[in-house]
Amino acid sequence: MLAPKSWILEHVDVPEGTSTDELTARLTLTGLKLEAIESAGADISGPLVVGRVLTKEPEPQKNGKTINWCTVDVGDANGTGEPQGIVCGAHNFEPGDLVVVVLPGGVLPGGFEISARKTYGHVSAGMICSARELGLGEDHDGIIVLPADAGEPGQDVRGILGLDEEVIELEVNPDRAYALSIRGIAREVAVSVPGATGFRDPALRDTPPADDQGHPVRLEDTTGCPVFVARTVSGFDPTAPTPDFIAQRITAAGMRPISLAVDVTNYVMLETGRPIHGYDADKVQGAIVVRRASEGEQLTTLDGTRRTLTAEDLVVCDDSGPIGLGGVMGGESTEISATTTRVLVESAHWDAVSMFRTGRRHKITSEAGKRNERGVDPTICEAAADRVVELLTTYGGASAEPGVTVVGEAPAMPTVTMALDLPARVSGLPIEPATTVAYLEAVGCTVSVDGETLTATPPPWRPDVTDPYDLVEEVVRLVGYDTIPSVLPAAPGGRGLTRAQQLRRRIGRTLAGAGWVEVVDFPFVGEADLDALGLEADDPRRTVLRLSNPLSSEAPAMTTTLLPALLRTAGRNVGLGASSVAVFETATVTLPRSSEAAPILPVDRRPTDAELDALVKALPDQPLHLGLVAAGEADPAGWWGPGRPVEWSDAVDAVRAVADALGLELDVRPATLAPWHPGRCAELRLGDALVGHAGELHPRVCTTFGLPARSVAAEVDLDVLIQHAVHLRPAPTFSTFPAAKEDVALVVEESVEAAAVEAALREGAGELLESIRLFDVYRSEQLGEGRKSLAFALRFRAPDRTLTDEDTTAAREAAVALAAERTGAVQRA
Amino acid sequence: MSGPNSEYDPVEVTPLQAEHVAAARDEAIAAIAAAADLEALKQVRIAHTGDRSPLALANREIGALPPQARKEAGQRIGQARGAVNQALAARQEVLEAEHEERMLVEETVDVTLPTDRRRRGGRHPITLQSELIADIFVAMGWEIAEGPVVEAEWLNFDALNLGPDHPARTMQDTFWTEPAERHVVLRTQTSPVQARTMLTRTPPIYVACPGRVFRTDEYDATHSPMFHQVEGLVVDEGITMAHLKGSLDHLASQLFGAGIDTRFRPSYFPFTEPSAEVDVRCFVCRGVDADSCRTCRGEGWIEWGGCGVVNPRVLVACGVDPERYSGFAFGMGIDRSFMFRHNLEDLRPLFEGDVRFSAAFGTEI
Repeated sequence: MLAPKSWILEHVDVPEGTSTDELTARLTLTGLKLEAIESAGADISGPLVVGRVLTKEPEPQKNGKTINWCTVDVGDANGTGEPQGIVCGAHNFEPGDLVVVVLPGGVLPGGFEISARKTYGHVSAGMICSARELGLGEDHDGIIVLPADAGEPGQDVRGILGLDEEVIELEVNPDRAYALSIRGIAREVAVSVPGATGFRDPALRDTPPADDQGHPVRLEDTTGCPVFVARTVSGFDPTAPTPDFIAQRITAAGMRPISLAVDVTNYVMLETGRPIHGYDADKVQGAIVVRRASEGEQLTTLDGTRRTLTAEDLVVCDDSGPIGLGGVMGGESTEISATTTRVLVESAHWDAVSMFRTGRRHKITSEAGKRNERGVDPTICEAAADRVVELLTTYGGASAEPGVTVVGEAPAMPTVTMALDLPARVSGLPIEPATTVAYLEAVGCTVSVDGETLTATPPPWRPDVTDPYDLVEEVVRLVGYDTIPSVLPAAPGGRGLTRAQQLRRRIGRTLAGAGWVEVVDFPFVGEADLDALGLEADDPRRTVLRLSNPLSSEAPAMTTTLLPALLRTAGRNVGLGASSVAVFETATVTLPRSSEAAPILPVDRRPTDAELDALVKALPDQPLHLGLVAAGEADPAGWWGPGRPVEWSDAVDAVRAVADALGLELDVRPATLAPWHPGRCAELRLGDALVGHAGELHPRVCTTFGLPARSVAAEVDLDVLIQHAVHLRPAPTFSTFPAAKEDVALVVEESVEAAAVEAALREGAGELLESIRLFDVYRSEQLGEGRKSLAFALRFRAPDRTLTDEDTTAAREAAVALAAERTGAVQRA
Repeated sequence: MSGPNSEYDPVEVTPLQAEHVAAARDEAIAAIAAAADLEALKQVRIAHTGDRSPLALANREIGALPPQARKEAGQRIGQARGAVNQALAARQEVLEAEHEERMLVEETVDVTLPTDRRRRGGRHPITLQSELIADIFVAMGWEIAEGPVVEAEWLNFDALNLGPDHPARTMQDTFWTEPAERHVVLRTQTSPVQARTMLTRTPPIYVACPGRVFRTDEYDATHSPMFHQVEGLVVDEGITMAHLKGSLDHLASQLFGAGIDTRFRPSYFPFTEPSAEVDVRCFVCRGVDADSCRTCRGEGWIEWGGCGVVNPRVLVACGVDPERYSGFAFGMGIDRSFMFRHNLEDLRPLFEGDVRFSAAFGTEI
């Protein structure tokens, strides 16, 4: 809310010398946060003065235009006291008029610097200003002609034009709708600024009594529209200009002056908080009826939009049908125009929820709607209408028609009961009962105390105050949030991070320690992303949870895999010139599993466990995944020698390192799955549980994402890993007897997996085997096409004795024998 | 058979003559002294103490002496050999020291050469910031609660007293999943974790929940459709706003430095009443000479988050007895905290995965 300071101070007195900073600091501390203090003339500098036009010589120009060569008395403002010669293109003034002159050296909005310059054969030493040039409005039809008594030539004109006005911008929370008005802000100043007195309520005025002579109004839905006040003025001059103070104030408040009739309704809305609608009374046919629209009913609103209404919308109708979307926007058919001479003023109270829904449904946001949907004081309809009538008669030459229609009545405010000591108990401050009562009364509540119980009736402008804790907030904010002491609560002994939380940290550290860089991506995905991975049509990762309102139509769903975003990220880094990229992300993915709805449960009690269960089951599965992508160099080249490019094993090993950090050893099997290279993809398991996949990317995927050939990736389910993580490990015991080492080289068919050979060796070697490690894979012509030699280093040790040559030979031979039997391995000579 | 040669005079055995022994000794010692390096010394050792060295050969002759002569000859040889071995050991020590010194000089490398043979990794600064915050709460005895990002509408809104007509529920703020009748949303706040915690645990409850949240904000320097919040919730007997202030002051001082505290301003949130905005004291200027401070832009305070006393309506919906228990809750932006803590003006680098950004933080922020 933008509030001109002078307007606020018209309705409340603050101690002499209270600065704007002090005033707004108090408002901020009690709940109206200062956003900014702006001054209307802040972007104008230099001499801007009153001038009296002495002479005006019209001079027709070759281009068909006529300019006026003027001399203007600017007093001593130009330093000489001599008349100032100025060329002016406008014609709406005469010698003797008082005008606004900016002298050389002045700067107008937009950084427009004024200097004496030669134009149309004269030296024009300054400029006579229009409202638009001063940033005061859109009016550029002519220059500003000041009232004859506005001031003396040479006098600074800022005060006269309201350019020295300070405008206070306050942030108003949705529960404090009353502060969307000068009335509310002035009341807040009176309550919260020390020493402020004399709040003068602009909505407190004597209004003529209701009678049955006014425009007939019938309310068919008194829930939606409990009160409707109608007043009519006639003899209105549609050409009458809006007085400067109104134009300046509504401009300062962020609204645009349009015409007197419209400006007056906006002015009163800003002043009282009560939105007003004006109709061209001559266009209203017959009695006004307020009702809910019938489904599909049509209305063209003021903005020219033809709208199809629903049975929830409130409409104002006349004999012709709907003429306005009640409380939200008027209709085109009865709009006030340049020929309107009779104005029907509507000041009605509308149901806030209905206003909110209609506004959203028809996507209408307006100053009126903003107030109506947050809640307006329902008791000031008559006063606000009367204020509009007063302004239209004063400035528009109109006269009030007899007859005052007041239909319905303001709903009564509910009473709220609370324990008298509740503010103290909630705040932790020693708030006395007398303080509680005083502050509640200060904000407008009617309060009574019975023993330990306080009963308050909130004022009609506070529909938000419904609960005991609402009363507490009113008291505590005025006592001052800044007085609340700082006391650290003593939590009972905590259990620290959960095991899963600790393990997730460990996983991140393990990867970072191994040279991987963590990134964070958005979890949105589109079909094109999944296509780019090369997923089969029936790949379960194509079953996505779609968003109704995605930000981008290219990524309209929640992702089932971290890879598309990671691949893009890796590609972007390569594009930026990185020679080595290794990125990882841990995040949940969304796997739809149910088509059941998540029920909307009651809020007046705890839902049953069965209800909660249904709620949770309706949600998609959201396992925590780890994704990683590497490209380029695994190890850089350097003075130590050549580097090593990334290869499939880097991806597998990264996942193995993670598993190792969790005390787990993964089973690795070959697999075929997009987006991996079909011959270079490992499936990683823990027994029956699938953990994920790792390996080299399919060459097409590398190309698609702008990655170098042989880039690698992995994606695994961390929940599975964490679930299986080893918790209590028994301490190992070691034999101190010497080890015996044996190397064996086995020739197998190319298709035989190293892991199978190793497993057979391990099993065949028996208990004496301490460790086994594959240290070479060798192929040669001598071995023959389609064969390879696998060289293993075996280490034997006994727990209780030094092994003999016979022991180790026997164990080695048993190992080789089992490998031969299982895998067809032949020991190399 | 002949008897012992009682006439044999040991002095007559030339190698054992004192002058010969002394000569052999002196020759050995001279050779030792002349050995220039360990290899030469090794040769000297063989020549002068080996089996075929003069002293060794002379030693063998002792056996041929009559018993009465053996002792003296043995002593003479023994002393000579002792002197030679001593000289050898001393020379060995000197030469080894020389050798080591020379070797160490020769092996000098340029230690300023680059050593980065392995890639350096790094964790995302928001992860690190989240962990740092979690640690602060854990140190207070709180626990870290979690919940899913795709969440039931009821838990994200209704249970938190965000009735069906609250502005935050409109299409402008919330990502809804299809079809809308299923009432599943992307959580707009970490607050549903509050509801989940109260629904599944009994007080006393002291939890913080960092996590990702979503709003339909267009992506720009200060807005992101996904960002991170940390939620705090305490439900216990006798909890007041003073405890809320104490907890946030503690968090502020741990995160931004000793003496950094918070300020409350009245505000409005459906799930808390009374509600407050939390400002944290600017940790750069501390409110002194704030006018020229770029971090707080002259305010002396930085907007940090929202908080308040848990609305009793929320307690009721979550099965907590509001007559017995009261609580407080708060929520702060983790990204936002990170941004002003680390002087980052544009949040987009957080989500664009340029490895230079995360790598710059390594594993510590």
